[in-house]
Formats: sequence, structure tokens, C-alpha cells
Amino acid sequence: MPDMSNATPLLVMKDVHIEARSNDIWTSVVEGVDLTLRKGEVLGLIGESGAGKSTLGLAAMGFARDGCRISGGSIHFDGIDLLAQSEAGHRSILGRRIAYVAQSAAASFNPAHRLISQYIEGPVQHGVMQRDEAMRDAFDLYRRMQLPDHERIGFRYPHQVSGGQLQRAMTAMAMSCRPDLIIFDEPTTALDVTTQVEVLSAIRDIVRQYNTAAIYITHDLAVVAQMADRIKILRHGREVEEADTAEMVNAPREDYSRSLWAVREYNRIPRPEVKSSSVPLLAIQNISAAYGQALCLEDINLDFHRGRTVAVVGESGSGKSTLARVITGLKPPSQGSIHLDGDELPGSYRKRSRDQLRRVQMIYQMADTALNPKLRIGELIGRPAQMYLGLRGKALTGRVRELLDLIGLDPDSFINRLPSELSGGQKQRIGIARAIAAEPKLIICDEVTSALDQIVAAEILKLLDDLQSKLGLAYMFITHDISTVRAIADDVVIMSGGRIMEVGPKGRVLDSPESPYTRALLESVPERDPNWLTKKLRKSRLG
Amino acid sequence: MRKISNLILQRLALGFVTLFLVSLVIFLAAELLPGDIAEAMLGQSATPETLASLRLELGLDQPAYIRYVHWLGGALTGDFGKSLATGRPISELLHPQLENTFFLATYSIVLAVPLAIGLGVLTALLRNTLPDRLLNGVALTAISFPEFFVAYILICVLAQTGIFPSMTRLTPGGGLGGFLYSAFLPALTLTMVVTAHMMRMTRAAIINLLALPYIEMARLKGMPSLRIIVIHALPNALAPIITVVAINIAYLITGVVIVEVVFVYPGLGQLMVDSVSRRDMPVVQSIALIFAATYVLINLLADVLSILTNPRLLHTK
Amino acid sequence: MTPVMFLTWGALAIVLGTIAGWSFRWILSRCTTGYVRIAVRQAPVAASFGMLIILLYVGVAILAPLIAPFAEREVVADQFMPWSATNLLGTDNLGRDMFTRLIYGARNTVGIAFAVTVIAFVIGSTFGLLAATVGGWADQLSSRLVDVMMAIPALIFSLLLLTIFGTSIISLVLVIAVIDSTRVFRVARAVAQTIVTMDFVEAARLRGETLFRLVFREVLPNALAPLIAEFGLRFCFVFLSISALSFLGVGIQPPMADWGSMVRDNAALITFGDLTPLLPAGAIALLAVAVNFVVDWFLHIASGLQE
Repeated sequence: MPDMSNATPLLVMKDVHIEARSNDIWTSVVEGVDLTLRKGEVLGLIGESGAGKSTLGLAAMGFARDGCRISGGSIHFDGIDLLAQSEAGHRSILGRRIAYVAQSAAASFNPAHRLISQYIEGPVQHGVMQRDEAMRDAFDLYRRMQLPDHERIGFRYPHQVSGGQLQRAMTAMAMSCRPDLIIFDEPTTALDVTTQVEVLSAIRDIVRQYNTAAIYITHDLAVVAQMADRIKILRHGREVEEADTAEMVNAPREDYSRSLWAVREYNRIPRPEVKSSSVPLLAIQNISAAYGQALCLEDINLDFHRGRTVAVVGESGSGKSTLARVITGLKPPSQGSIHLDGDELPGSYRKRSRDQLRRVQMIYQMADTALNPKLRIGELIGRPAQMYLGLRGKALTGRVRELLDLIGLDPDSFINRLPSELSGGQKQRIGIARAIAAEPKLIICDEVTSALDQIVAAEILKLLDDLQSKLGLAYMFITHDISTVRAIADDVVIMSGGRIMEVGPKGRVLDSPESPYTRALLESVPERDPNWLTKKLRKSRLG
Repeated sequence: MRKISNLILQRLALGFVTLFLVSLVIFLAAELLPGDIAEAMLGQSATPETLASLRLELGLDQPAYIRYVHWLGGALTGDFGKSLATGRPISELLHPQLENTFFLATYSIVLAVPLAIGLGVLTALLRNTLPDRLLNGVALTAISFPEFFVAYILICVLAQTGIFPSMTRLTPGGGLGGFLYSAFLPALTLTMVVTAHMMRMTRAAIINLLALPYIEMARLKGMPSLRIIVIHALPNALAPIITVVAINIAYLITGVVIVEVVFVYPGLGQLMVDSVSRRDMPVVQSIALIFAATYVLINLLADVLSILTNPRLLHTK
Repeated sequence: MTPVMFLTWGALAIVLGTIAGWSFRWILSRCTTGYVRIAVRQAPVAASFGMLIILLYVGVAILAPLIAPFAEREVVADQFMPWSATNLLGTDNLGRDMFTRLIYGARNTVGIAFAVTVIAFVIGSTFGLLAATVGGWADQLSSRLVDVMMAIPALIFSLLLLTIFGTSIISLVLVIAVIDSTRVFRVARAVAQTIVTMDFVEAARLRGETLFRLVFREVLPNALAPLIAEFGLRFCFVFLSISALSFLGVGIQPPMADWGSMVRDNAALITFGDLTPLLPAGAIALLAVAVNFVVDWFLHIASGLQE
């Protein structure tokens, strides 16, 4: 950590205002934020979607995206007024003294050029290095970024390299001119947890080696706690609070800052274990499924019981979503069987009876695309009740109002609205009501909270839990987020590569995992402790 | 590299299947005639005897698939059969017209493609500024103008003052310069019509491209605009631009027919329209086949070129 | 006409058009309220000019018999008479009143183009939405069929089919409608395909909804905005195609008054410096420009709504 007392500020942003244009009207995105950064210091910029953190990060480079403009305030970098620079003057700073690492490396590398030519472009064009020197430097930085085969990987094209490696190559590229400041814009958000750890440690090492200042933008407080010296929290384009990392993690002043841990702190009453003699509600036996030649599910056996929640956990490509598609009948299995209440379900949903369809319902991750934007709430919720239960007229309206009450929305003001007139959390509630309206036995919840802000996510989890107690529902909870699993699961299934790696009650699987994969997965999840990454790396280097 | 050659072979196969099906549609269209070609030829004067002998002469007694094979085989070797109206072999009728139309089309493409791509890229770079809006307004207007309106305006403005001829006479001996001069107005008309469409599509394609994250990355690396366009945008813009050019060949073909009529240009379009009025089915079929095949082949070529210029496909894992 | 004169006339047309569009927008914003009023106020001048012109054409088409001084097919004077008080725009190649023919042309040309577009739309969008929603081999088969039909340039295909079916109004309408429905099919299918992949359609399928309800309750309402824009563009295209065919002599047949044929029949005058035959051509161009301007504005609003 740099010495704060006598270091001169590298970046000073004062009262910055940024506006974005939509439909020819300018609306405020960032409203009067101050930001100071010293040489070699790492500032974590955190906030939920729409908080304006990426916009502010780009503004630190004196840059505004098309359709945005910096409408007020001042931005000084190392004494230079970035907003008063000529175009050429501004360009000579970008890339050379301030560099940028984007969220999606796959989209931010030019597909037409090799990684190394994109690396040397900056140093050569800015006149920092000659071509040959820049090439040798690239090999060196690729090695420092722990990229495999560092003398050859640069000669590949972006689409020939994996996501985690690409993100490290992009960090190396940002380092190529040895800038004083790097803006990291959610560099690990698109990665799986196990890959994330490697990238985080590589980024942290390189920034420390060259004493580069950085602004690290993310929505994940646990991640930023590992990376930053100080943390600033943004909400709706304004600053909520700024403090040193330890203080922010252990004793945040504002309610909103505390709420960022909401899901981690939510913990419901565990339910009693099932008796081994009881008949499962839904039984999956020896299910395999394939896309073309590639097997994506292999010999899956799993039971769901009334009133219990099974969390299915895995990284992308683990087969957890395919499993859901097999259960709903969207993806008929290549072998195996599914029994619902003792009766075998046909593989395709087209062959299932209306009553079989009714008993398994689904709630989606993106409430935005899960609700028909042209239908009113009354029809969205009412349709399953009308179809499955034959409700008409007054009985139907009565049922819709009852459902709205159940999910905590006022029937009078919501029944005639369109989805676009609802907030994200309210839309997800409507998604839940639509599932409940069918009076199902099993509800498949596909990453239902991952698109939501933490407080809202915790509220949705609580609602689902209440409904489960009231209605005796079984949940299949698909997620990649371990804190959500801790919050809501009774049983946990860990999947990888289309297979089940481990099954068991939550306490047992999460606290004393048996399979090495589960252990690796759980150890990769960043924790609140700012020293977690350091400890983990030390442990893995020793082991 | 195996993947890319497979992909190209696949496209070629698909293209030739399309070509085959198109020829089938054009052939079968004639089967929809109320009665048959023999009745159409003889008209009122038909007697059962003359009809029967003509049918025998034309091979109409044979089943459709045999006639199709004969027709297609003939077309592939340059023998399109005989005109109903004149009785002359169609290949003779096509002889100078085909070259003339090809000349006019090439002339317009050579003028239009660089102009359209240039203006498209320019307006994309200047997007939402006054020059962009103005050029867009002009292009939108030009798209809305019927081809013959554009042609007659050009005649009024450029031919009546005696600068260019309003009727095209392609007399041999004038040399290339003479050809280019006498075909200038038809070529200019076509250029204006095609350029408007092509420019708008190029602009849209470039704007899509400039919004991509890797272009933003290049800007954030402090690269100058010219370098961003040439090094970062252009290699990725080839495929979309090729597609735009290929799509606009359809507008060119439509335009050719009308422009040839306006300027009394001795080309395929003129011949086709005359033959439609005379209901000379074999000639119409032959010319339709030539136009359609050209269009399909150009699109096929564009497909292959797009694959060959796509960096993601060129460098496989 | 010299190039300088031409540019002067062009500039004058733009100025007059701008004034007309501006005044019409002012009048519209006076007699509307609420959201419509806000939309109208933000409309570009070009769009309000377009709306004005479309209204004007519709008015002329409906009221043709009341406005026209003579009957549509009546021979009133000698051939090719110059402009005069009785024959405002002179007479045509058969001695019929040009002004009258121009007015009836609005009815015939625009009316037929509109009918064709409606038919093309009903066929094309129904099958396009169905193909995308059903998916599988039915979708593949119909799409490949449409691909083949689209591989023949539209004008060439219509010339071929008109040779076979003759040039009656019915065959003209059906031929153009079928050919254009392939283009509508492709657009409708593309729009529907992005909608069909959304979760709410999957939810509706899993609920066990019928195909009819999937298409008309879930997909169609969400495809409406791009389809309306496509209707405008398609109308322009059909209108220009029919005019082109009439100009070539294989479209709307005499003695029916029609703009494309009017240009063709009287084109000889142009070489004598008489610009009257350009008026029907200009009438075609003006309507197409107007529709395009309005569609452009509509697309702009629709894209704004999606954000």
C-alpha cells in the first residue's frame, strides 16, 4: 500500500456531471462525483447496474461514449486538464499514460489482428518503443501475466485463445506503455469463478510490480476487497460512501453499503431432512442428453421432494441449464426417465398432458424477456389460471388479485400495468406469481436473482421461501452463486462437464466437501476478508 | 484450413442447387400457360391438324422433364431454341444485346461502387452532422424516384442542352471513348439509383461496426481516426460491404431494363420488354434465366469472398 | 432546361416543402393532445411534410370524380394540346385531358398498389410468423422455397409471370403480390425469430398454448412495429414496381388512367421541351418520398422505444 500522507494526487475529478441522450433528451447519469487517486493507489469503484460506475471510469480518461457527454466538473490527470486538451493532446495520453481494460476481452480485441500486433500497436504508435523492443517486452509481460507458452501465444488470433487468457493478454496490453493509471472495467465479471481467481491474482501482481495506480470497477464487493486500497460506492450516479477497504468491509457507515452483503447475510431456517422411505415428487433416473455428437448430460440421477429446495450449482457449460431443459421437456433426453408423482413423463413437452405441464413451472433469470411486454399484468398472471384451472370472469379476476396480494404487490395499482412500467424486482415477482398461478408442484428457478441488485435479490429469496412454506412447493434452484446457495438451499448438487460431482445436504457439501472439484470451486469464491486472495495464493503455492 | 474449404464447397453446392431450382421455376412457369406454346404461336388460326404438327415439331408431345433437360442442356451450350415471334434462333437475337447490357452494367458498377462506398463511409464518419443528414435526405429521395423519372430529368438537364445524346446509338468504330460517351446518360441514371441504395446500406454497416467494443478499445489506446478506420475497421468491414454490393445488383438489374427502354438502348432489357408485349415466351424465359443466373452467381461470389475475408474463419484453432 | 434552372427549381421545391411541412406540423400540434401531440411536436419537418402529402393523395384519390373537370376516359380535344384554361395541363396522345387523367391516376395507381401491398402482407407475414414459430423442417422448407423465388430479381420475375398470365388487372395484382410476399415473408420471419427465442415465448410453449395463440397473442404484438415500418417500405416498392411495369407497357392497361402509362404515352413531348409528361412521374416520386420520410421517422421512434 502506498504512503498516503505525502503522495501527490495523480487523478483529481471534481463535481463531475455526465449526461446520456435517449430519445433526443439528455438525462443525468453521473451527478457531481468527486474522486481523488494517488500514484500507485488502487481505488475500487462499486455499485449495482445503472449506478454510473463504468461511465465514471471512462470519464477518468476524459472519454465519453457516443450518446454521452461530460457536462460539468473538472478532470485533472497529473496536473493536466483532460477536458481542455486538444484531440491530439488527449490521444497522446490515452493508452500511453492512462490505459483501459474492458469487461469482455473477446469483444474488445480486434478479430482481424494477432494479439501481439495489438500489444505493440500502443508502444510503437506512441513512440515509446521500437517494434522489436516492444515484441520482447510483450513476451516478458505475457510471462509475468502467467500466460502459458508466452513466446508463442501472442501470435494467435483472439478467437483462438480462452476467455481467462484473453483477459490477461488484455491486461498485458494495457501495461505495454507502462501507464500511470489503468481503468479495469469489470474485468472478471464474464469469467467463471475458478478462472476468476487466476486473473485476479495476475492483475494484482502486475499492478503492484509496476506501482501502477488503478480504478477497479465491479459490482462484487468481495472481489474488490481483494484488489483495492480504498473503496467508493456509487448509487444512481451519486457517491454513497468512500472508505479504506478494511473499514468498508468491516464497518460501513451507510445502510446502503451494508445492504450490498444482503444475500450473504440472508439465511433461512433449515428444513428437516427427508425420510429415506418417502416417495420423491420428481425422480430423474439415468438421464443422458447430447447436442449432436457432444454429450452434455451424462447419467444423471436426482430426486426432488415436496417442500424442499435443491440447489444445482456449476460453472458455465456444466450442464445445469440443460438439466432444467430436460425436466421441462424442451430437450428430450437421449436415455433415462423422469417420473412425476410416480408417472413417467414423456421426453418432449409437446407430448405431455396439460396437467403434467401444469405441475412443473419455471421462473427465468431475465424477467425482462420472460414477460410478454405487450400483455398487461392481469393477463400475464391470469392466463395459467384460466388455462389450467378453467377460471373465468370474476373468479379469474379474484384469483389474480389474490396472487398479487401473495407476492406483495397492490392489486389495484398493478393489475392493469404493462411490464415496462415495473421495476426489475417487481417484474421478477410477476414471474413468480405466474408460476404460482398454475398451482404447480415443482418450480425451476433459473438464476432468478443473478440479474437483480443485492437487496432486491434478498427480498425475492425471502418471498420464494415464504411461498414454499405456505404451499409446500419443491424448488430446483439453478445458480452459480455460492452465497445464494447458502441462503436458500436444503440440498446441493454440484455439476461439472455434464456430470454430478457431488450431492448432499447443504451443510455437509459446503462445509466438508468430498469431491476435489467441489473443494476447488468453493475455494475460488472470493470472501469478504480482504486478505482472502493472499491467503489462498499462499496456500496453493505451499500445496 | 480444411474448415474454410469445406465451408466454401458447401456454399458453392448450395449456390448451384439454387441455380438449378431457379431454372426449374423459370421452365415450369411456361407450363402454367393456359394451353401451350403451340396454341400461343398459332393463336386464332389454329386447327387441330396444324396444332398437332407444330407440337410434334416443338417436341411438346414429350413429357415435361425431358423437355426441361433439353432446354437446360441447350441453354448451357448457348442454344436457347427459337423465338415464337420471328422464328429466328434466340441465340442470334441475344448476340449484340447481351454484350451491350453487360457493357452498360459494368460501366455503372465502376461508377457506382467507389462512389457509394466512399459516400457511405463518409456519412458514417460524419453521422448525425448536417452533411450526413443532407446526403441521407438526397439518397432517400433518389431511392423514392422511379428510374424513368431520374432518366427523364437527366435528359431534360443534360441532353436538351446538347451535351449528351438522349438516345443511345452504339455504332461500332467509335472506339471505347465513343461507347462511353454515348452510353453516359443511361449509365449515370443507373449509377444514381444504385448509389443511393448502396450508400445507405454501407453507412448502416459501418455504423454497426464502429459501435463495436474493439473500435472503442482502439480509441482508448489513443490511436488516430485514420488508423482506426484503416487498420481496425476496414479488415472487418470487407465482408459486410461485399454483401451490400451484391444485394444492390438486384436494383441494377431492375434499373437496366427500364433505363434501356427510356434511352432506346439496344440491350437485353429492351429485348425482354418487347418479347413480353409479344408474349414470346421462349425469349422471355431465356433472358430471365440469364438475369437470374447472373444475380445468383454474383451473390455466390460475394458469399465466398465474405468467407475469405472473415478473420475468424481464416484462422481457425 | 439548363442545369442552373434545374438546381433553382430543386431549391425552390425544398423551401416550399419545408414551409408546408412546418405549417402542417403546427396545425397538427394544435388539434392533437397528450402523447400524440408530443410525438408530433418532435417530428422532423420531412416527416410532417410526408404526412401532409399522403393525406393530400388520399383526399384526391377519394374525391377524384368531384375534383376532375372531365371524365376519366373522355376525349375532349385534339392530341397533345398545350396548357390552356379549359385543359389546365393540355391533352394527351389521344386528346384526353391531362389534369383529369392525373387526378384519376391517384385513384388507380395508388389504389392498386395499396391493394397489392395488403395482399402481399397478409400472405407474407402470416407465413413468415408461422414459419419462425413452428421452426423445424417446415420453416426450413418454406425459407428455402422463398430463397429460390428471391433469387430471381423481382422485376424480371414479374415480367416472366405477366407474359404467362397476361396483363389484366387481376393478374397484375396477384403476380406482384405473390412476388412481394416473399420479401415480406423474409422480414416477418427474421423479426419473429428474435422474438421466438425470448423466454416469454418459451414459457408460453411450456404452458401448452396453441400455435394460433402463440402466433397472434405472443409473437405478433411484439412484431407489430417493425412490420408497420415494413408495410410502408413495401408499399413504396410495390408502387414503384407497378409504375415501372406500366411505364414498360405491361402494367395497368389503357384506357385506365395511370401515372406510369401516362409517362410512357406522352414521353415524346419531352424531346420537344414540354415537361408535362414529367408531372405524373413527379407525382409518383413525390408520394414515394413522402412515405419514405414518414417510415424513416417511424423507425426512429420505434428504435427509441426499444431502448
